[in-house]
Formats: sequence, C-alpha cells, structure tokens
Amino acid sequence: MTTDIRTLRTSGEEAFAQAAEARLAAEPTQGRIGELRRAAASAFAEHGLPTRRVEEWKYTDLRAAVREAPPLAGEVTASAEAEAGLRAIAFPGTERVLFVNGAYGRGASHLGRLPAGVSAVPLAAALASGSPLLDRIGGLAPQRYDAALALNTAMLREGLVIHVSAGARVETPIHIAHVFTADAPLSTFTRMLVVVEEGAQVAFIESHQGPDGIAYQANAATEFYVGDGAHVDLIRVQEEGDRALHLATLVVDMGRDVAFHAFQLATGAATARLSLYGRFSGSGSHAGIRGVNLLAARQHGDVTMVLDHAVPHCESRELFKTVLKDESHGVFQGKIIVRPDAQKTDGRMMSQSLLLGEFAQMDNKPELEIFADDVQCGHGATAGALDDDLLFYLLSRGIPRPDAEVLLVQAFVGEAVEYVEQEDLREALMARIVERLGKAG
Amino acid sequence: MPAVQETVERVRAIDVDQYKYGFTTDIESELAPKGLDESTVRFISAKKNEPEWMLEWRLDAFRRWLTMREPTWARVSYPKIDFQDLYYYAAPKAKAGPKSIDEIDPEILKTYEKLGIPLRERDALLGIESSGGSKVAVDAVFDSVSVATTFKAELAKAGVIFCSISEAIREHPELVKQYLGSVVPVSDNFYATLNSAVFSDGSFVYVPKGVRCPMELSTYFRINEKNTGQFERTLIIADEGAYVSYLEGCTAPQRDENQLHAAVVELVALKDAEIKYSTVQNWYPGDAEGKGGIYNFVTKRGDCRGDNSKIAWTQVETGSAITWKYPSCILRGDNSQGEFYSIAISNGYQQVDSGTKMIHLGKNTSSRIISKGIAAGHSENTYRGLVSAHRRATGARNFTNCDSLLIGDKCGAHTVPYIEANNSSAMFEHEATTSKISDDQKFYCLQRGLSEEEAVALIVNGFVKDVLQQLPMEFAVEAQKLIAVSLEGSVG
Repeated sequence: MTTDIRTLRTSGEEAFAQAAEARLAAEPTQGRIGELRRAAASAFAEHGLPTRRVEEWKYTDLRAAVREAPPLAGEVTASAEAEAGLRAIAFPGTERVLFVNGAYGRGASHLGRLPAGVSAVPLAAALASGSPLLDRIGGLAPQRYDAALALNTAMLREGLVIHVSAGARVETPIHIAHVFTADAPLSTFTRMLVVVEEGAQVAFIESHQGPDGIAYQANAATEFYVGDGAHVDLIRVQEEGDRALHLATLVVDMGRDVAFHAFQLATGAATARLSLYGRFSGSGSHAGIRGVNLLAARQHGDVTMVLDHAVPHCESRELFKTVLKDESHGVFQGKIIVRPDAQKTDGRMMSQSLLLGEFAQMDNKPELEIFADDVQCGHGATAGALDDDLLFYLLSRGIPRPDAEVLLVQAFVGEAVEYVEQEDLREALMARIVERLGKAG
Repeated sequence: MPAVQETVERVRAIDVDQYKYGFTTDIESELAPKGLDESTVRFISAKKNEPEWMLEWRLDAFRRWLTMREPTWARVSYPKIDFQDLYYYAAPKAKAGPKSIDEIDPEILKTYEKLGIPLRERDALLGIESSGGSKVAVDAVFDSVSVATTFKAELAKAGVIFCSISEAIREHPELVKQYLGSVVPVSDNFYATLNSAVFSDGSFVYVPKGVRCPMELSTYFRINEKNTGQFERTLIIADEGAYVSYLEGCTAPQRDENQLHAAVVELVALKDAEIKYSTVQNWYPGDAEGKGGIYNFVTKRGDCRGDNSKIAWTQVETGSAITWKYPSCILRGDNSQGEFYSIAISNGYQQVDSGTKMIHLGKNTSSRIISKGIAAGHSENTYRGLVSAHRRATGARNFTNCDSLLIGDKCGAHTVPYIEANNSSAMFEHEATTSKISDDQKFYCLQRGLSEEEAVALIVNGFVKDVLQQLPMEFAVEAQKLIAVSLEGSVG
C-alpha cells in the first residue's frame, strides 16, 4: 500500500563515508575513542547527510552543498604555514594558535607561551599519549543525530585539547586561527576540546578564513566543559572564502553559577551553518549567545541552536542580527527547552533581520518547549527593510544615502556587538563589520 | 462587571463532573457496515442520493488515501488508529427526510434543547423578543447527517443559500463543482483526503454579490453514536462584496473509547468579500485519567481569492483528547487580510497542536495572529504556525503574538513558529512569551476575598480577552464560561 521512499546518496556523501572508513582502517584506535569514532562513522554511513525533510535542516540543503567531497587535507608545509601566519587576523594582545588547512601549525604556534593556568596539546599528540582529558571528548553529543558532528568525530585527528586550571584568571585571550591557504579544494576536519575548571576565567577567539573562489569544505567542532563558577567568553569570526562550505558545531556544558558568553560574526562562505547545543547542568548559570550575520550575493548563512535548561534557576539570552543583501538567504532556528524541574528559568531569544536585497530571504524558527510552570520565557523574530523614517531623517541632514544606510545597519548590528565585554575586541569586531558593509555596498 | 461575575458563579457551580454535554441520546441509528473500503464510499454516496460525479470524486480521493501515510510530525501521541474499526456513517433513522421541524425525532430535538441550541425558529424568535439580541440561523448536524436548518426561508429572501452540503450537491451542483476541493485539494493531507472520500454532511453557505448576510449563521455538530467517526465538510463562499459571519459549535457524549473527527472546512472570499468564522470546540476531552475523548484532526483553510478580501478565524478550543488543527489563510488577492485569534485550553491529558498558516501571495497583504495557549493538568499545548511571504508578495505585513500560560508543573507549553520572508518589503514581527500566573496578581485577588479558583479564572479571562473580543456576542459569553469550566481542578 505504502512505499518507502529512499533518498539517493550524493557522491559527496558516499565519498565521505568511504573516507571515514579508510581513515579508521589506516589508524586503528583502541578503547573509548576508537568506539566513538566507529559509532560515528557507522551512524554517518547509515543516516548520511540530512535531506530537507529532516526538521533541523529544513532551510539548509546540505546534500546540495556537499555534492562532491574534496580530498582530505594532508600535511602542512612550512611555506603554507608562513603564508597562513601572515593572513590570519591579528588581534593585538592575544596569544595565537594556528591551524593551516585543518592541521596544527607547529612552527607558528607557541603552546609553551600560553598564559599561566592554560595548557594546550595538539589533538594528534593527545591521542598518541592518551591524555586523560580525552575521556571527555564526545561526551556531550546532541540528542539527535547530527551529520556534521558525526563526520567530524569519525575523522578525529587534528585539533586542540585545552585545559584551564581551577581558579585561573587568564587575562590574555587565546586566539585559535584557522586559515585555509591551498589553491585547490580540500576537506578539513578540526576538533577542539576545552575543559575549563572551577572558578577559572578565560576568553577564546576562534577565527576561520580562506581564499575566495575555492570550494573547500571546513568542518569544525568544539566541545566546551565549563566548570562551576567559571567565566568563559568565546568569540567566533567566520570569514571563509566565497565558495566555501563552513560547518561548525559548538557543544557547551555549563556547571553551577557559570557565565558563558558567545558571540559570532559571520560574513563568509557560500553556505555556512553553526549548530550550537548548550546545556545547563548546574543551577544559577547564565548564557549569553549573540551574533551578527552579514550576507550578500547568494550566500547562505544558518544559525541553529538548542538550549537545554535541564536544571532550575538558569538564565539565557540570545540575540542574533542578520543583514541580507542581494539574494542571500539567512536562517535562524533557536529552541529553548525547559525541563520539568527547571523552575525559575528565564529565557529570552530574539532574531532580527534586515532585508536589504529585493530577493533576500530570511527564515526564522524560534521555538519554545516548556515543561515547567514557574518560568519566564519569550522569543521574538522580526524581518523587514530599513526604516524609511530613520533613513529620511539622516538624508534630510545631508548624509548621502549609502552612508546613511551603513550607519543604520551599523546601529542595527551594534546592539548585538555591544555585549562583547572586551573593549578592544568589540572595537576590532565593529571595524571588521564596517569594512565589510562598505565593501559589499 | 457582569461577565466576570458570571465566570465566578460558573466556577462556584461546578461539581465533580466537568463535562456537562457528556450525555447520550437514545435513538435508533442507521449505520454503514463497519470498516472502510470502496463499498463504504459507495454506500455513503448512495445514502446521500449523490450524482455520479460526486461518487467519482470520492472514489478518487479514497484511492489516493490508500497511498498516503498518517502524519507524525505533530507533537501529539496516541495509539495507532484502526481505520477499519470505525463506522463511517451513522444517521438517526428518520421517516424519509423531515419536511418541517415537527417531523424531526423529538429525541434529537431534546438533545439540542439540552445543548441550548434552538432549532425551532419560533423559540429562537421568542428568545429574541425577550433578550433583544440578533437572530442566528442554525444547521444542526447529528452524527453523519444534517437534521435541521433554520431560517432558510428568510435567508433565501436575501439570496443567501444556507443548507447542508448534501443538499447543496443535489440542488446547487454548479457551485459545489466549482468550489469544492479548490481550497483544500483532495490530496492535501492524510485526513483531508480521508474526509474527501467519506464526508457525510456539513454546511454549505453561498452569499451572493454585494449581500451582507442578514443574520449570524451557525452549525452545531454533535457526535452521538458509538465507534463512529464524524467527517463533516463545510464550504462557505462569499461572492464579491459579500459579508458573512459563521459560528460553529461541537460536543460529544462521554465515552471510554476514542472517537475520530476529521473535518474539512473551505472558505472562499472573492473580491471585497469578508468571512468571519468562529469556532467553539468542546468535544469530549476524555476523563481525568485521559481515557476516551475525541481525536480532532481538522483541516481548515480560507482562500482570500479576490482583492481586498478578508478572512478572520476565531477559535476557542477547550475540548478533544487530541487537537490537530491549523486554520489557515491564503492571501492571494492584493490587499487581502487574514486574521487568526485563538484560545486553546488543555487540561487533564489533553494534547493540543494547533496554530495557523498565513501565506502571503498577493501585494500589500496583511495578517495578524493572536494565540493564547493555556496548559493545565498533564496536558501538552503546542502552537505551530507559519507565516510566509512569497517573492512577489511585496508589502506583506504580519504581526504575531503567541502567549502561553502554564498552570501546574505537569503540563507542557510549546511554541513552534516558522517565519519565512522571501522579499525585502515584507515586514514580519513575531513575539511569544510563556509564563505562569503571576503571584502578585493572584495575591491581589485573594486578598480581596476571591478564592484561588476564582482568582485564576479571573486572571485567565484577562489573559485571553484580546481573543474573546473577536467572538460574536453570543459565543463570547459561552466561551468565557467554557474557559472557567475547563480549568476546573487545575489549581493547587
């Protein structure tokens, strides 16, 4: 009576499944990590890439974006490393760790120079030496199958394991720069494991850059364990090349009385997706997750997040600003889950978008899933063009239209940027935004 | 304020048994053989004396239905329905079609009397003289058939056709052929297709050009027979410049098993026309343990086909074990407007997954969504809605506000909105909040001598007043009572 519909595998999907198998066969890993990788590889072989009928990927067609699988990136050459070192964004007053074409840049990174309280080991080295921290890797898997994360786990090799010791007050932000320098498409997989112990305070910057015109694919996943009373800031800057695919997964576990602030500035890639899974495991914590998406031409930018209030007395604030020029397509999907015992939860989620291009497209899906009664939760979503009255006000004061528009957009996105606590970083981010607005306008 | 007073009295008068429409009427019925196959479809069509084309239409729907799967995306869970274990047609045995109200089985008349629905026009008129309110024409649907339609003659004077859909298929085939299935296509979804195959009765309204329907039209649906599914089909057409306001009410007896109700409602508003559709849905919700109750799987859609047309849905959902319902508007005509006002209350083990779709296709179209969900007991209450603007739908405007209120810590309230803007001149605003009844507000009421239940009823009435204001007067009062009734037992 009814027939099962089978989706055809794309060649990219097949190739990645095979590549994952091949890598597993080539480097037999024992124990927990081996099982984790095998499970992820077989999950990917079974489920593959999501179709648009998979609710979480309704608005982003990953199968179309991954028609082909570029070869896996190999060893880093010294010249590539030098080039990457020059190209990487310089944030003054930060300590930098460099990843070149998805591999740890040995020569340009000085792990020994990291501030007191912070220790970092390249993932490959940690895997070889069997670091006890690795017991935590893959421990925060999202409830449902996530193709990007599964593939990242199956390919586990390059990345960084960072440990921040209890009570450390780290003044210098740590910048993890990912630079793509190859002149042919490659697939890169990087994995960060960050364990912040009790009461520590630290800030991270994660940047992703690459050249225009090359259809490379970057898959970056980060797991954050934030211990009780810790304060963590994370700033992501995504400026991939205009033909790149950027798949990022961020999984965060928050203990008691934690403050976790994340901010993403995304302006690059042909198709970009940030999947963020946050979970409150201890009460009294606060998460602030904000971002700015500047899209133009036919760019596709997706931010999807799930915030799980599993315990009482936590607070979450999300604010995303999307500016869409030309025929770009923005997606925001946010879900706040409040578990039955998570009383006194306070959650606010807002997604605002400015449609500047006539055929720009914005899809919003803010979701609330609430099982506790004593909570305050809300979400909002807006989509619209620039306010004519505001524009007229500026024009009538003699400001030329392009400048007036940039001013208004700047004000619009500024509301999200101002939550970045470090003043110099905030200014650096705003400068990049203004530059981008001027360039594409 | 009399309305508040009434709510308070209502709450006071409630005893253990909440659902007062749970009685059954003892009446001889004619049933189709149990189960569903082509012969069932033929049986129903033959019972209705339908023309050949209608039978073909049904059979086509039935064959499509066989290839379809039950949807599983809604946030509701229930044991699999055995579609072969249902009666698809049940009609009170009557003597060859009642000519006047006096020929209707007195048991049925009594049933409607108990429900407070006047089928005798003179009663209604008497009522009017005493209360000074407006007249309401009623179409009463009992299980699978329409038993009476009042004020037909008076409506006919204005040119308004108001009759059962079966009658319309026989008397006005050209209108039915033109519009039936034009808003909800035969293969739209699993339940709509099932309905297309086996629909038994429902109302048909046609308001001709430039006519403002002289009275409120209303249909009262009653499921009485055991093990039956009710599949009603309603089609309302407002021709150019016409206006009609239509009300719908539903109840069912208290039974242990679950009963299926899968209706399709289609509204067509041509140029400058306006349709206002209000529902007070109070099907039997099941008992305190979640046993029994109606599965309410309904497809309702309005098509603003002409320019400057307007369709407004107002719903008060308090009944049904499971509600799966998304009254939608397709804003096809330029400058057309869609509105959706909803109060969905769930208590006990009820599950509600309801919302709306506003699909902006024409230029300068606007829509407004106000949804208030209240969850109590062990219930799950989900708002699921879509607002979308097509590439060419320039100047589309939407405002959405959906608020949820949780009473008790065993229930869930969820919001799943989809907002898709495909052109730069669309202006969409969406806001949603979830909260519990404020302790301050409750304290204020308690301190003035109200009991806790009275206080909750009062606050809830305040919470939903934006929607209540949209209901026609007669329904607003009833709805307000219903709200208090369905929240009974939720405090503490």
